[in-house]
Amino acid sequence: MTPDYYLILAAVLFTIGAVGVLVRRNAIVLFMCVELMLNAANLTLVTFSRINGDLNGQIMAFFVMVVAAAEVVIGLAIIMSIFRTRRSASVDDANLLKY
Amino acid sequence: MDHILTYAQAEPTGAVTYAAASGLLSSVWLLVAIPLVSAAILLLLGRRADRWGHWLGVAAIGVAFVLGVASFLQLRGLENKSVELSLWDFIAVGNLRVDFGLLFDPLAAVFVLLITGVGFLIHLYAVEYMAHDEGRRRFFAYFNLFVAAMLLLVLGNNYVMLYFGWEGVGLASYLLISFWYGRPSAATAGKKAFLMNRVGDAGLAIGIFIMFATLGTTQYDEVFTGVGGLAGGTVLVLGLLLLLGACGKSGQFPLQAWLPDAMEGPTPVSALIHAATMVTAGVYLIARSNPIFSANATLQLVVVSVGAVTLLMGCLIGAAKDDIKRVLAWSTVSQIGYMFLGVGLGGGAYALAIVHLLAHGFFKANMFLGAGSVMHGMNDQVDIRRFGGLSKYMKVTWITFMMGWLAIIGMFPFSGFFSKEPIIVAAFEREGWTAWLFGGAALLGAGLTAFYMTRLFVLTFHGPKRWTEDIEHPHESPKLMTIPLILLAIGSVGAGFLLATSVPDWLTATAGLGGQTEGHEAVLSHVVITVLSLLVTVLGAGLAWMLFRAGTATEPQPAGVLVTAARRNLYTDAFNEAVFEKPGIFLTRALVFLDNRGVDGLVNGLAAAVGGGSGRLRRLQTGFVRSYATSILTGALLVVAAFLAVQAGWLA
Repeated sequence: MTPDYYLILAAVLFTIGAVGVLVRRNAIVLFMCVELMLNAANLTLVTFSRINGDLNGQIMAFFVMVVAAAEVVIGLAIIMSIFRTRRSASVDDANLLKY
Repeated sequence: MDHILTYAQAEPTGAVTYAAASGLLSSVWLLVAIPLVSAAILLLLGRRADRWGHWLGVAAIGVAFVLGVASFLQLRGLENKSVELSLWDFIAVGNLRVDFGLLFDPLAAVFVLLITGVGFLIHLYAVEYMAHDEGRRRFFAYFNLFVAAMLLLVLGNNYVMLYFGWEGVGLASYLLISFWYGRPSAATAGKKAFLMNRVGDAGLAIGIFIMFATLGTTQYDEVFTGVGGLAGGTVLVLGLLLLLGACGKSGQFPLQAWLPDAMEGPTPVSALIHAATMVTAGVYLIARSNPIFSANATLQLVVVSVGAVTLLMGCLIGAAKDDIKRVLAWSTVSQIGYMFLGVGLGGGAYALAIVHLLAHGFFKANMFLGAGSVMHGMNDQVDIRRFGGLSKYMKVTWITFMMGWLAIIGMFPFSGFFSKEPIIVAAFEREGWTAWLFGGAALLGAGLTAFYMTRLFVLTFHGPKRWTEDIEHPHESPKLMTIPLILLAIGSVGAGFLLATSVPDWLTATAGLGGQTEGHEAVLSHVVITVLSLLVTVLGAGLAWMLFRAGTATEPQPAGVLVTAARRNLYTDAFNEAVFEKPGIFLTRALVFLDNRGVDGLVNGLAAAVGGGSGRLRRLQTGFVRSYATSILTGALLVVAAFLAVQAGWLA
């Protein structure tokens, strides 16, 4: 089995996610892009785990999923409360914490 | 007279041993503790003790005196007259072991009697003298503190204890000189005394360090036993440093300038601290360290020279001053010069210096208290040109002051004759031309002393009245002030003979004191010297009487070179100012400039650069998530690139 396709797919997914985070303003979309990057990382972990015949990478992927789930819970809650006070989900509007 | 100059032969060298204290002598620590506790009570209770505080102070010294006499009597009956009492380990660091211990031996005993005895009388006098002063309780607290520190100084059994007491008396002296701290002159005089003493104290401290470095101990017995094995140069340096300390505390050349200024304090302070006791601590130090000083002839020559220079200098300046307390202060400087001359001569002359010290304690305290009594009756006037004819108004002060005057000029049979004349004789007993030099200086000093003390006495008590207008009728001081005067006057008359006949023998029991007598014949016979010294005394006194019998001008008069120089303290203050003070001030200014511009500039510049830089950098914190994400991504890419570069061997 050749890992190249998996890795290329993961790289593409990661790039899409990274670019999305950089160029989009909607917090929900940003979130989805972050999930894309996490899952790209998961894909690489699983791929290498498979190549090496070692379960550690897969376990790691589970960890990432758990963390991502927790992150989504908290992140969505924050986005909801920001939206309720400001009537906007744009991350550019939430720029008070600066110099 | 000759029997005064014969001394028992004690072993000049060899091991010094002290016996352990027992019986009454095991409570000599109370001598220090009682005044100290009294001082603490007076200071801690504050105003609550204002009504009775002074009596507590007097009582503390009285009890100490009684205890001192009892211990003295106990000591007299002992075989080994050096009793040591070790209280606890004071400092124990590595090899340095300092015992908090006391040594009660003949030398310490006579000092204890002088300090508590004369101290008690002066305390008594001060009750009345300070009666109208609001700070009387504070005054007595400091006075008690002084006595405690002074007793610790003379009772310690090692150099660190001595240094402890030494600094304690320095502190008390500072507090008391600037007792009237509201007066700028008093505050300045206190600082001056403290600073000049620091110079000497540094010398003493370094001396003690050297002792520890070379001998590994500061206990008297071990140091004295070990000093014989040291190299000559080490002994010389050690001795010179101790001498520097002694000069600072005793107002000897070249550190004499603070003592006359110390007269800014209340008169009882001048009498007790700056005449009778504290300023003689230098003499005590040298007498105590006699095995060190006797071990090096050059060292002795230096001590003798310091004594001779100071005694002449004190006489010259004293003759030109018009402030009654300053004249007495310079005479103190000069008389301590005699004592230094004595301790420098070594051998039997150590005891002579101690005899003179004790006799001086009596008559100088007497005259200072007399001067205080005169000031008390004359609205605090101190200018002798503004006195005159007081003998009719202050009979007791007049008579008692006369006793002190006759004693200090060394008139037979007053105490100064028995204490000062043997020192002059001893000075003539040196070898070769130095006998003429130091003997001549001592003799000349005797004549000058007679001159200026007679001037002081005649201008104050005799001749026409030259009072300021506000004084109608000078009054004699109250009983509480005259009784100490009378007792001290009796001491001035009688003490000399008693001391001169008993103390030298008594002191031979102290380690090393009264040891070998010098083998030199006097260049003049004893009788000739006695006659000569009486002659110059009478000449000096007669000259002063002739000159000042008819009073003196109340305004400063133009004078020749010598008198002008003497009025300005022989330009020693000008010298200090030009050589130490001005360059010192310049140096500090330069350092302040360097500090402000150089060091601070560097530090401030660095801070400004960092501050400015971070002001710019902080703009990166835009609040936009996307810009942070860009930085993170860039960083991550850089890390990955670096890994790849290493992997591919581009950086190798």
